[in-house]
Amino acid sequence: MNKNEIALHAYKARKHALTGIFNAQSGHPGGSLSICDILSVLYFEVMNVDPKNPKMEDRDRFVLSKGHCAPALYATLAERGFFPVEDVHTLRRTDSYIQGHPDMKGIPGVDMSTGSLGQGISAANGMALAGKLSNKDYRVYSILGDGELEEGQVWEAAMFAAHYKLDNLTAFVDYNGLQIDGKITDVMNSEPIDDKFRAFGWNVIVIDAHNYDAILEAIEEAKATKGKPTMILAKSVKGKGVSFMEGSPAWHGAAPNQEQFDQAIAELDATIKGLEA
Amino acid sequence: MADKKATRESYGLALAELGEKYDILVMDADLSKSTKTDTFKKKFPERFINTGIAEGNMIATAAGIASTGRVVFASSFAMFAAGRAFEQIRNSVAYPNLNVKIGATHAGISVGEDGASHQCLEDIGIMRTIPNMVIINPADHWEAMKAVEAAVKYEGPVYLRFGRLAVPMMFDENYEFEIGKGVTLKDGTDATIVATGLMVPEAVEAAKMLQEEGLNVGVINIHTIKPIDKDIIKAAAEKTGAIVTAEEHNVIGGLGSAVAEVLCETCPCPLLRVGTQDVFGRSGKPAELLEMYGLTAKNIAENVKKAIALKK
Repeated sequence: MNKNEIALHAYKARKHALTGIFNAQSGHPGGSLSICDILSVLYFEVMNVDPKNPKMEDRDRFVLSKGHCAPALYATLAERGFFPVEDVHTLRRTDSYIQGHPDMKGIPGVDMSTGSLGQGISAANGMALAGKLSNKDYRVYSILGDGELEEGQVWEAAMFAAHYKLDNLTAFVDYNGLQIDGKITDVMNSEPIDDKFRAFGWNVIVIDAHNYDAILEAIEEAKATKGKPTMILAKSVKGKGVSFMEGSPAWHGAAPNQEQFDQAIAELDATIKGLEA
Repeated sequence: MADKKATRESYGLALAELGEKYDILVMDADLSKSTKTDTFKKKFPERFINTGIAEGNMIATAAGIASTGRVVFASSFAMFAAGRAFEQIRNSVAYPNLNVKIGATHAGISVGEDGASHQCLEDIGIMRTIPNMVIINPADHWEAMKAVEAAVKYEGPVYLRFGRLAVPMMFDENYEFEIGKGVTLKDGTDATIVATGLMVPEAVEAAKMLQEEGLNVGVINIHTIKPIDKDIIKAAAEKTGAIVTAEEHNVIGGLGSAVAEVLCETCPCPLLRVGTQDVFGRSGKPAELLEMYGLTAKNIAENVKKAIALKK
């Protein structure tokens, strides 16, 4: 798939994710918008998945360790054909199966239920290790938040992945520098993140989270790296694609009002139109 | 054959035996010599995963393993399995209903010398409040052996509670075990003792003591605390009109609470609860501690007499 098409899916996913959050008047737009490009590359270019057979035994797996950004995952899965995009718009409603956080039992294509930070990366480790023990060649992908790195379990999992040489695991940090209470460096400074993961025995690659070539190259490097897991620190813009949401912690967990939503959709539509031209 | 064995030993033996029959994986958090998963590790090193001292990580990793279709046992002391890793069990295992079996050893006051920090008296209560969770607390070696195999065959999360202390063998290899099914060990007419774990032999002893005083007291073994066998408890209440529960756990949240819930909703009658009375334990020899905290046949028998008196 060419870059333009990947971008198109990413921007359409942004629109659907935001629509779901707006309809629910609840959800996490900032971090959802920042991971759409990575998700689009994974689901449209990299991962071996089948929307008609979501539980395919040898599929590649994805775990959204930063589970609160579920709208982006749902929108990407819908774009990929796992379920209708309209369903994403029913986010967080009692009459919908589209739960506030990823629910593997009820939502096609969701490989792990997450939401409590720090646990998803451990589960991804489990899938990767099981793959090795069961002689399967599937790969496992995961996205963590940079705020999530403050959870101690992430570092337990980091030790585990290196110890068991999980080179079939590729994790991303959505490195947008912001968490609910403000800048990561002000709330609880987890820097230097790259050196920390290197010291834990990981292959570390730093990229721009919105550059499709860079994402793809990093994933290829991860595939070629043997004997250790790869962490891709993806420098992202929180709220990417919507001007007034970009770079603002205020949009971590707040839904837009009608006026803001209309403006956001207008901006995303303009980008989509440009990509379609 | 020794007449006593700790159920943690049985856990290790069961895993090693079942490893022949089933493609199970076993995890531990650096306590394999104590939880006895090393019995499995020696036989199947390629199917043993040590996570180091990181119980929360172990449980969530087990969830990921189970999501791929493998049956996995995750083992630690009850304190760190149900306590430390509660939220991983709740969110990563029970919510998605994954096939993770939690082997929790060193439950209860009979841990002994290590003292209160390691004597988990809350785990049944904690696990009982989690949807999808099955809780099994075996009374002896054979029940533990059968329970581990039942857990392998059962689809979904199971919390298995084992002890450090050697306990009398009550059953034999032909013992039939069914998850959720209480076992009548003795019929009675005056009252019924409902016991679990190492309090089961104490309950049997208490019934014998009461027999000598002319009281005919029944004994029921509840190995599965969730889902609890409501029918057997209701029938005992209807027949005998007084119940005493006995458990090596806080009376709040454990078997006593579970039985109280059943009785109140089906057949209210006097109920007294033998267990630790909402206090922490302390260091000491297991036998001394069991005596000190009232986890004895004698104390059960006294409570039975009180419960019978309440009937009038």
